[in-house]
Amino acid sequence: MHIAEGYLPPLHAAAWTVVAAPFVVHGARAVVRRVREDPDTTLLLAAAGAFTFVLSALKIPSVTGSSSHPTGTGLGAVLFRPPVMALLGTVVLFFQAVLLAHGGLTTLGANAFSMAIAGPWIAYGAYVLVRRLGGSLGPAVFAAAFLGDLTTYTITSAQLALAFPDPTSGVGGAFVTFASIFSITQIPLAVAEGLLTVLVVRLLVRITPDELRRLGVLRPGRGATPAAQDPQKEAST
Amino acid sequence: MSRSTVTNVLLAVAVLALFAIPVLFVPGEYAGSDGQAGEAIEATGYQPWFTPVWEPPSGEIESGIFAMQAAAGAGVLGYCIGVARTRRRAQLAREADAPRT
Repeated sequence: MHIAEGYLPPLHAAAWTVVAAPFVVHGARAVVRRVREDPDTTLLLAAAGAFTFVLSALKIPSVTGSSSHPTGTGLGAVLFRPPVMALLGTVVLFFQAVLLAHGGLTTLGANAFSMAIAGPWIAYGAYVLVRRLGGSLGPAVFAAAFLGDLTTYTITSAQLALAFPDPTSGVGGAFVTFASIFSITQIPLAVAEGLLTVLVVRLLVRITPDELRRLGVLRPGRGATPAAQDPQKEAST
Repeated sequence: MSRSTVTNVLLAVAVLALFAIPVLFVPGEYAGSDGQAGEAIEATGYQPWFTPVWEPPSGEIESGIFAMQAAAGAGVLGYCIGVARTRRRAQLAREADAPRT
C-alpha cells in the first residue's frame, strides 16, 4: 500500500495531504489526551504502536506468488479507537519514507489516509457492528483486523486509479488493474493478520483485563476480576 | 494444556501456515505488490516527479533497516506484555493474600 515517492501527480499528492492532515493532528491530540487522562493504559498504547511497527516491516508471501505486508492497525483501532491510529500509523509511514525509501514524503498523505485513517475506521466500524450483533470479542477483533487490512489496500487501489485512469476503461478499469495487484495478494495476509490480532487480544485479556475494561473492550462485570472471586482458579490457568 | 492454550497454539499455527503454504507450494517470484503497482504506473508512461530524500545504498542495508524496524517493534511489544504480565501476577498475589490479613 506504499505509493512510492513521486508516484502521485503533484495535485493528487497535495490533495491527499490536505485530507489526511486534520485526522493526524486530531490523532496526535487524542494520544496526548489519552496518556494524560489514563496513564495506566499507556503500556497498551505502546503495545498497539509496536504491533503496527512490527507488522508493517514484514513482507509476507501470498498465494498469488507475490508478497506484501500487513498493516497491524486493527489492534489499536479496536483498543483505542481510530484517531489514535491516525498518528501511530503515520509515524510508521514517515519512518519508512525517510529511512527506507519505502513510500515517500510526497505520498505520505495518501498512504496515511489508506493505512492510518481509512483502515482503522473501517476496522473499528466492523468491530462495533459485530459486537452490536451479539458477536463475542474474538470474531469482532478478527473482522476488524481483516477488514482494516483489506480496506487499506482497496483505498490505495482507488487512489492510484483516480490518478492514473485507464485510457479506455477509465477510473473503473484502472481500479480493477490496481486492485488485482493489491487486494488479491492481500486476502490471505488479511486473514493471517486477523488471526494474529485475535491471538494478541486473547493474551491481553488474560494479563490486562482491568485496562481493557476501562477501554470498554471488555464489558464491566463480564469476567470482572475473577481473581477477587476465585483467586486459585485464575492463578492456576 | 488448557483449552485456551490449545486455541492460542492453533491460532499461531494457522498464521504460520498461511505464510508457509504459498512459499512451499506456489511458484512465483514473490515480488512486492508495492513494486508491481509502480511498474503498472510506469507502463502508462508516467515519470515520478520526486525522488526519495535518501535511499538505502543496497538491498542488504534495506533489509537490515526493515529488520531493525521489526526488532524495535517486537522488543517494545514484548516489554509491554512482560510488564503487564508481572503487574497482573503481583495484583493477583495481593488479592489472594488480602482475605488472610
